[in-house]
Amino acid sequence: MNADYIGLFVALRPEVHLVVGALLVLTVDLFNARHLPANRHQVALVLGLGTLLMAGYAAVMGNASGRIYGGVFLLDPLANATRAGVIGLAALALALLPDPRRLKNPAEFTAILLFATSGFTLMAAANHLLLAFLALELASLSLYVLAGFDKTSPASAEAGLKYFLFGGMAAAFLLFGFSLLYGLTGSLQLEVIGHRLATQGPTPLLVVAVVMVLVAFGFKAAAAPFHPWAPDVYQGAPAPAAALIASASKLAGIVLFTRLLASGLRDNAGTVAHLPIAIGWAPVVALIAAASLLLGNLGALAQSNVRRLLAYSAIAHAGALLLGVLAARLNGVGPLFYYAATYGLATVGAFGVIAALETAGPVQSLTDLAGLHQRSPLLARCLAIFILSLAGIPPLAGFFGKFAVFSNVLHLGGLAGPAGWLTLLAIALSAVALYYYLLILKQALVVPAADKPRISVPLHVAAALVIAAGLIVALGVWPSVILGLF
Amino acid sequence: MNALPCTIYVSFTGAILALVAGTRSAGAARFVALLTTLTAWGLVLAAATKFVPTAELQELVNAPWIPELGIRYHLAVDGISLTLLVLTGLAATVGVLFSWNIEERVGEFFALYLALIGGVYGVFLSADAFLLFVFYEIAIVPKYFLIAKWGSTNREYGAMKLVLYSFAGSALVLAGLLWAFAAGRASGFGVAELAAATGRLDLPQQVGIVAMVFVGFATLAGMFPLHTWAPTGHVAAPTAVSMLLAGVVMKLGAYGCLRVAMPLAPAAFAVLQPWIAWLAVIGIIYAGFVALAQDDFKFVIGYSSVSHMGFVLLGLAGANAVAVSGAVLQMFSHGVIAGLLFAVVGRMVYDRTHTRQLADLRAMPLHRLLPFPALVFVLAGLASMGLPGFSGFPSELTILVGTWQTRPLWALAAATGVLVAAAFTLRAIALAFFGQAERGAADGAGQGNGHAHPLDPVTWPEKTGAVLLLGATLYVGLRPDSLLDWIRPALQSPAFQAFLTGGAS
Repeated sequence: MNADYIGLFVALRPEVHLVVGALLVLTVDLFNARHLPANRHQVALVLGLGTLLMAGYAAVMGNASGRIYGGVFLLDPLANATRAGVIGLAALALALLPDPRRLKNPAEFTAILLFATSGFTLMAAANHLLLAFLALELASLSLYVLAGFDKTSPASAEAGLKYFLFGGMAAAFLLFGFSLLYGLTGSLQLEVIGHRLATQGPTPLLVVAVVMVLVAFGFKAAAAPFHPWAPDVYQGAPAPAAALIASASKLAGIVLFTRLLASGLRDNAGTVAHLPIAIGWAPVVALIAAASLLLGNLGALAQSNVRRLLAYSAIAHAGALLLGVLAARLNGVGPLFYYAATYGLATVGAFGVIAALETAGPVQSLTDLAGLHQRSPLLARCLAIFILSLAGIPPLAGFFGKFAVFSNVLHLGGLAGPAGWLTLLAIALSAVALYYYLLILKQALVVPAADKPRISVPLHVAAALVIAAGLIVALGVWPSVILGLF
Repeated sequence: MNALPCTIYVSFTGAILALVAGTRSAGAARFVALLTTLTAWGLVLAAATKFVPTAELQELVNAPWIPELGIRYHLAVDGISLTLLVLTGLAATVGVLFSWNIEERVGEFFALYLALIGGVYGVFLSADAFLLFVFYEIAIVPKYFLIAKWGSTNREYGAMKLVLYSFAGSALVLAGLLWAFAAGRASGFGVAELAAATGRLDLPQQVGIVAMVFVGFATLAGMFPLHTWAPTGHVAAPTAVSMLLAGVVMKLGAYGCLRVAMPLAPAAFAVLQPWIAWLAVIGIIYAGFVALAQDDFKFVIGYSSVSHMGFVLLGLAGANAVAVSGAVLQMFSHGVIAGLLFAVVGRMVYDRTHTRQLADLRAMPLHRLLPFPALVFVLAGLASMGLPGFSGFPSELTILVGTWQTRPLWALAAATGVLVAAAFTLRAIALAFFGQAERGAADGAGQGNGHAHPLDPVTWPEKTGAVLLLGATLYVGLRPDSLLDWIRPALQSPAFQAFLTGGAS
């Protein structure tokens, strides 16, 4: 491996920005806290958003591409788009920073969020098992802390601990899987692994390795049966942390594992497009997708808590995303990225509305949303856009994401195999999903408020919500903006 | 002609303006809504006067939209869509007139209403199946909020049922279209491209695709046994929304069947044809008998809608030029008549008497208390029964004549439905408007009610709306050729000829 440090530095400018920014936030707060304690929130927020903006600029304008540092990083269109996407989603999540009464350490929160974001961007570009694992752990460890950040709330502590225990377990599985892959091929480089596995043919050890990797993938994507952490974490974590876990983390995870499966294990996919099924990772992914679709959609029907409902809807969406992973190898990753990114936008938005509502009181039950149209028309309308996008109603982005992904999967082999049948199942379940999404909107838009005060939405939260809603509409009407990147 | 796409843009812009105006005053929102619907209708009528019927679709806009999937923003018009556009403009305008008494969250009501109308215009103008689907779904969601917020009787149940049925139907459509697109390797979502793609598959797959798309659309057209959303939804909806649901939204389903499902695979449609026809016949007769047994005035009209939409589906299943042109004419006719009936029941009667139970209405001599609504309802009832001179007559007759050419048994069975329709309509007229105040205690109560609280007089928006609708049904009843001259040439286009000849065997 020839060490090209200049090239590495140029390629990793977004990450450099993020890390330096995080340290800057901490340092400024160290002095600021003593002199101007009242401004700590604004300072942290402004510095954090500025850092993300610069990192985003570097990610979009960066002219590095191709294999970097001997192929440890791969900056293809997918990696570049994902880096920009996770930074944008992180900025929207950061804008939901709770007010000083409920968050005592804004600078630490912001800094850890920036570290998590640098983990996401590294995941997006990783082309090497060791880097993939390190990036994933950097992101995960930061997220564990963020989930448990609200020290006044036992639910937050529970969320942090549960997320940590599940995540630690998943990381152990992943590391074991990686070590087996390394043992089988003698390389950590994805292309080399793919090449060597192609000549080896399937072995029982490889099956074990693939299953281990998929367990970790299932955890990261909140797919059934590795989902039980999701409802508790979504319920207990502070809103920006939950938004980050549900959006940017998912996007980065999907991209990382898609690259791993489609590149490193490219000849061991098997197929579910036709009968008989060929053994590989595809049947396992299909199985996880089916379980997630069913469990997510049916589980959401029984929820009375908004955040838990969003968690089950996230599980259902994970199922649809995994269907997209099946087709990513053949027809490109454009639809998959579009779906994951716009799903992230809608989820950040939904959590943003919850965050804004929490300034006026706790938001747990669905009925806490009652009369939102009277308490804050802005929040009610934004929520309608986010939820209808999650439900897949055109012309919002959620519809086109589903449409493109399903069309991609059906291109695999029509209805000749399980992939096609799963697509039909997913389309049928979208009618089920509309029911529980409408339950949310019924509370927000139809039910009158019972003498609750109006909500004054903080400016930064309102801006984040309007930007997210505008992007969902714009990307839904002009999906080619994203699809054309690939 | 080129102004027609503006109907869509005008409606959506009007929706936003109504929302803004609603924050100022209710009156402003009403006038914005009325102005919007009138503008859109005016654009349609202006285009209609210059319309030269042709076999081919007349291009309006055709631009690439999502080139990655071959999807185009393609709007076009022919005689069939123009007929339904005229209906949409009329129903939308009259619907605004009949919602003049909405007092609560007026801006939001009209914003949702106009968004729904914009979606409907979009469906009737779309020539690309994906675009049609997008507009079709845009038209679904506002209905939920319109009914759940401003409706009556069991409104949240009715709204949810209606939206879930519509959405499940559209999911079937989406699945079918994607199946054809992906499995047949279509290059785009134009109906012709999808039909070519479907043609590359074997017959069982073709039948599967056409069945999914047709049943999906037909759910919204009220096909038996998937019609159960219609009566509950119509009853729960506020008057203007019932009028729109019966008047134009159910037509979206029938239009989708005709424009997308049937041309996809003529051979597959021929296989399904008898099934569709018999389901249509069962719907006509079954819904008619159910309407005969209802106690709630609005349920009578709700089931009558299902029964009359059965004729549309039967005409489509007849699959020859006469039957299908009759079906399109019936779409127009039923849109006008059902709108009129719902207007009388929901706005003119219910908003004044606050009851829809036929037994209660019977105790009030409504023909004396509310002479104008009684007159309108009798005329609309006659039109609905299919009496000559009204639009119901030429349309149902054309359908029956056309169906007879395909399979006489279907026509005979459906003709009994006309008798049932006469029975339930006459029963409703007699019970609701010409009930005798019963002697004794009930007499005192009924009379006392009438005199102690004189019913509000009928307002000018109601009269204007009713006269517009009555004029339309009479005009088409006396001069059905004015519409048939648009419809017949359109059926000569290759897309329609493929299944019209294929189905008439």
